[in-house]
Amino acid sequence: MTVVTTAGVDAAASASTPARRGSWSWLGLVPFAAYVLLFLALPSVLAVASGFFDRRGAFTWDNITALGDPLIVETFANSAGLSLLTAVIGALAGALVCYAMLGLHPEGLVRSAVDAAAGVLAQFGGVMLAFAFIATIGLQGVVRLFLLDAFGIDIFANGTWLYDLPGLVLPYIYFQIPLMVITFMPALSALRPQWAEATLTLGGSRRAFWSYVGIPVLAPSFFASLLLLFANAFSSYATAAALASQGAEIVPLRIRSALTSETVLGRENLAGALALGMIVVVGIVMFVYSAVQRRAARWYQA
Amino acid sequence: MSRTLARRPIAVPAVAAVAALALSACAGTSEAATSGGTSASAATSVADFGTFADLEKAAKAEGQLNVIALPHDWANYGEIISLFSQRYPDITVNEQSPDASSAEEIQAAKTNEGLDTAPDVFDLGLSVTLQNTDRFAPYKVQTWADVPDTLKDPSGLFVGDYGGYMSIGYDSSKFPAPTSLEDLLTPAYKGAVALNGDPTQAGAAFAAVGMATVQSGGTLDDFQPGIDFFSSLQKAGNLLKVDVTTSTVASGETPVVFDWDYLNAAHRKDNPNWKVVVFDGTGYAGYYNQAINKTAPHPAAARLWQEFLYSDEVQNLWLKGGARPARMAAMTTAGTIDATLAAALPKAPADTVVPTEAQSKAAGTLLGQKWATAVQ
Repeated sequence: MTVVTTAGVDAAASASTPARRGSWSWLGLVPFAAYVLLFLALPSVLAVASGFFDRRGAFTWDNITALGDPLIVETFANSAGLSLLTAVIGALAGALVCYAMLGLHPEGLVRSAVDAAAGVLAQFGGVMLAFAFIATIGLQGVVRLFLLDAFGIDIFANGTWLYDLPGLVLPYIYFQIPLMVITFMPALSALRPQWAEATLTLGGSRRAFWSYVGIPVLAPSFFASLLLLFANAFSSYATAAALASQGAEIVPLRIRSALTSETVLGRENLAGALALGMIVVVGIVMFVYSAVQRRAARWYQA
Repeated sequence: MSRTLARRPIAVPAVAAVAALALSACAGTSEAATSGGTSASAATSVADFGTFADLEKAAKAEGQLNVIALPHDWANYGEIISLFSQRYPDITVNEQSPDASSAEEIQAAKTNEGLDTAPDVFDLGLSVTLQNTDRFAPYKVQTWADVPDTLKDPSGLFVGDYGGYMSIGYDSSKFPAPTSLEDLLTPAYKGAVALNGDPTQAGAAFAAVGMATVQSGGTLDDFQPGIDFFSSLQKAGNLLKVDVTTSTVASGETPVVFDWDYLNAAHRKDNPNWKVVVFDGTGYAGYYNQAINKTAPHPAAARLWQEFLYSDEVQNLWLKGGARPARMAAMTTAGTIDATLAAALPKAPADTVVPTEAQSKAAGTLLGQKWATAVQ
């Protein structure tokens, strides 16, 4: 799971200060740049390049055209649908949590605790999360069995949905809401009380403040966070891999199946094409994200 | 994700395909010469080392053996590996990625080629085996003649090691005994029937669809009846999409399971009520294969491991794991098979089928197109 927080904001802010000539400060960036190049850029290039070759190493468009296969299109649609749904739910719920926290003292116990918990839970994905769900509401999960024994409620009366595409929604929301809290909170805190006071002084109502000041100012940040949540869910792999075992219904699972299948052989290179598809989608999302973020950043500058 | 029991590919006997294999003469490189004169990596039988004792000596000198994708709860491999370590304390067995798939075994050999971490030996399903014969070194164990011709490559590039029938395992304390596929569609099995992996990915699940095909009156030329069966199973609300592992069986999460009979048999250890059924009529069988990595970092140890696996003792250990060892027929005739263990195996069905390479390829393509939507 990739989490980009306010890095975009810092970059936008520092871009306005001209670099001093002859400065050696760029040297500090070298280790990080080398790391990104070796462990992110190079593998991505290699993976994507593999999509343009066949097993024998000859150039081919076959893998790329295979992306138009109805099954693969459906997989991308599943991935996008799941990501959008969990991003919207996560963004709305997360924004409400942020709004609720606004009334609390920034250094207070509750707010620090929620901040810290959100920071941890936003990263609580993958196999641990899947296991947590299996152990609680899985077929033999404690909560499920308790509901069944004590109240006769069977949460799987209409099928074992937890292990299917719909079953991913709940675990995904579990890490989406905290991520929204940590990305959206700074934007919400930037709403100056003075603006509200100014609105009131000029005879505006609370409602007028939100519709003419609050929401327009927050909209770009909210939208940027929403996009981030989308990309986060879209690239999520381990949770789904640990929960759903049939059908490879989302793109990362389809990539796994192309790479490791022992029954349908010779599709390793299709994985590269699928990866390219994912990079394009996430690339577009992140491009829009940074554009929106730039607009949002205006309000952060003191 | 646990791939413990999903790793296995389909085994195909495909005599024709075997015969069509080009033998790549193994040019031995480097390494200490055996007392027989050839290098260990070029040795094609014990005779090339001199005596069996010479092979043991050469293997001990190497001191290491890299095995890959051998889960301890798979066909009794745990006991087999510990017996080897006990017999040859000078040879360290390095177990890599026990849960890897057959395809990943070959990838590991490719990516680690030339390193001393590369796998020395493989245990593969036949479709992966047949696609990668150029990576194997030919070697014939002393008991080579006992292995039926249909299970081995004539030049010794690979040999069938153990196999079994596709079966249903179930918790007899909670479910009635299924006597046919149709039984599994009844409400008694609601949300309870699981596959060992995704058939577009894992051999055992692929075989489950094959078994459902032949049990529904179809042939292996067309897996559609099997896919239709699982589609009805899903519509009936009986298909459980949890990947089967020893722990899901132990916890009761997957109470009815399609899997190889030897893997189902292993679950009795965790659940004494676990029973294994091989349906009457046409059975679907599969064998796995042993092969030596051509560029094995420990060529002598790799060959010693092969001799060890095909000894009477270890063949009986596979049998103890509920699998049918390759030398079973010959050992039954010779009276060296463990009769009690053999009698405990599920009764073999009247007819046995195994897909050819062409059939499994066609089935793989069909599954790739139909499976995801069939079980939605």
